[in-house]
Amino acid sequence: MEAVIAVLVGVLMASSVYLMLRRNLVRFVLGLALISHTANLLIFSSGGLQGTFPPLISPGELEPGPGAANALPQALMLTAIVISFSVFAFLLVLAFRTYQRLETVDPDSMRSAEPVPAEAGMDGPASGGPQ
Amino acid sequence: MSWLLAGAIVLPLACGVLGLSLRPNRAMQQWVSLVAGIGHLGIATTLLVTVWSDGILVAQIGGWPAPFGITLVADHFSSAMVLITAIMGVATIVYALCDIDQRSLVKDFHPPLQALIGAVCGAFLTGDIFNLYVWFEVMLIASLALLISGGRKAQLDGAVRYAALSLVATTLLLSGIGLLYGMTGTLNMADLHLRVQQVENQGLLSVVAILFIVAFGIKAAVFPLFFWLPASYHTPRVAVSAIFAGLLTKVGVYSMIRVFTLIFTHDVGYTHGILLWTAGLTMVTGVLGAASHNELRRILSFHIISQIGYMVLGLALFTPLALVGAVFYILHHIIVKANLFFVAGATERLSGSSDLKTLGGVYREQPLLAALFFVPAFSLAGLPPLSGFWAKLLVIKASLASQQYWIAAVALAVGLLTMYSMTKIWVNGFWKARPASTEKPAPLSRLDRALLLGPIICLAAITLAIGLWPGPLYDLAERAGHELMAPSNYVEAVLGTSETAALGVGEGAVE
Repeated sequence: MEAVIAVLVGVLMASSVYLMLRRNLVRFVLGLALISHTANLLIFSSGGLQGTFPPLISPGELEPGPGAANALPQALMLTAIVISFSVFAFLLVLAFRTYQRLETVDPDSMRSAEPVPAEAGMDGPASGGPQ
Repeated sequence: MSWLLAGAIVLPLACGVLGLSLRPNRAMQQWVSLVAGIGHLGIATTLLVTVWSDGILVAQIGGWPAPFGITLVADHFSSAMVLITAIMGVATIVYALCDIDQRSLVKDFHPPLQALIGAVCGAFLTGDIFNLYVWFEVMLIASLALLISGGRKAQLDGAVRYAALSLVATTLLLSGIGLLYGMTGTLNMADLHLRVQQVENQGLLSVVAILFIVAFGIKAAVFPLFFWLPASYHTPRVAVSAIFAGLLTKVGVYSMIRVFTLIFTHDVGYTHGILLWTAGLTMVTGVLGAASHNELRRILSFHIISQIGYMVLGLALFTPLALVGAVFYILHHIIVKANLFFVAGATERLSGSSDLKTLGGVYREQPLLAALFFVPAFSLAGLPPLSGFWAKLLVIKASLASQQYWIAAVALAVGLLTMYSMTKIWVNGFWKARPASTEKPAPLSRLDRALLLGPIICLAAITLAIGLWPGPLYDLAERAGHELMAPSNYVEAVLGTSETAALGVGEGAVE
């Protein structure tokens, strides 16, 4: 089971890196969403993946029986999912606003913050654009 | 005493929320922010004084005992960082009263600023590594809100780059934490210190250590992961740039120092060797980047990178003296760097330009401002008797003591190039006559001028005081450095003496 998850984590990581290396802001944002899922899966598998029983404490006991699943990685994951979801929402808006203002989704032709000395300033909506 | 630790985080966060609800009322919002800043300064000062007299302070949040709940820890290093954060907070709030004057911008400035201060203090005080990740994310969102406030093209462009690399960093950090938990079964940093020694697969531990180096390295803007910084730091309002320049990268350095003194000390030759190379290359690329620019804030942004190299160098050498130097360097640098950004902003307001090509005549027209630039600028370059001299002296002395002569040579050469860069600003911006094409802006009102120059004067005075009387700060850095080098006090304070002994003896046999 862990081997399958390990391969899955690898494939997801490779896909997200591929997406993030595209010259397109939208794909980059999707790549970031995917990479955060990759990290979540990694945490999930760090607790150990066996078919055990849930860590519930039976009445009268003080702790769950031996061999119960480790619940902490799932709690960590839940926190990470909430955070990455909100960050993803923010990024989508940021990407959209950037497209509206700079009229491109190609990071290479966004030169407002670091203008190329020769062209100094905008290089217009020519490259990039909506796909 | 747990209220002190919690208060340093909760007060700014609560005031951020209060500020959000006060959005229609601009004056009220500013007052709340200012009062919160001063209150935070009070808490931070009390915290440092308490730690100085009583030693490490620990608070178990929610009453959960140490390895299970979230622990807040204040040792000398973290409480000094909290104090310096509070000082920067007040300076930025006062400066922003004049700098951020458009009604639409003010209401979006103070709440995220307070959230940022709270998150930075959270990152400094937490003793739980997952909690550290959460504070990094809070910091990221708050800083993004500050970065794009105003929505100019350059800001959006910069924010895209900043967000992209920062998110990759936090994802790597999260993966590293997940793997670390898988190996050790704990998230408490003091507990991790004990448990990593029992991990059988030390090679895997080194892999995780590299994940942490990359994650914190992006945050701290070290070579070759710094590209987001010069792309974004010069785009927002000056008050925002200044607090970013002062604090944000230093949180990365702080976390790096914390993790690589407390947790990953199993293979110092390998991990800290990588850090040593990184430090050297960071210093050199940063200062060369600065030499190629002409706009004040862009020059200064590159200098942040080169100065980060000195701090990482202190960690990489991993001797008591080097860590003392790193702590001293961070504390002095935060004040100097933020102040330089303040000066750059004030120059732009008072002289009408921040580009060395069009700037000029500042020395003649604004002698006070020129003098105020001189103090942080040449402190950054390491000119005695300013604070930067002592910081550089400590780090270089430590590298000579460790017989790393080449890195000492690099550090000295970079200091010289920093001097060149500051002289370039001085000659082209302050000394030469004002170019005919640049118009002189309308003079500011007396109050605006005081708000703009007040924080600069205070921070320059601190720099000067550290330079002339380095003793107290050195004592503080020395205590912090020795605590970092011998983490047993930290571990004992967090876990309690009996549990430390029990873990050390019993655990290995059980597993």
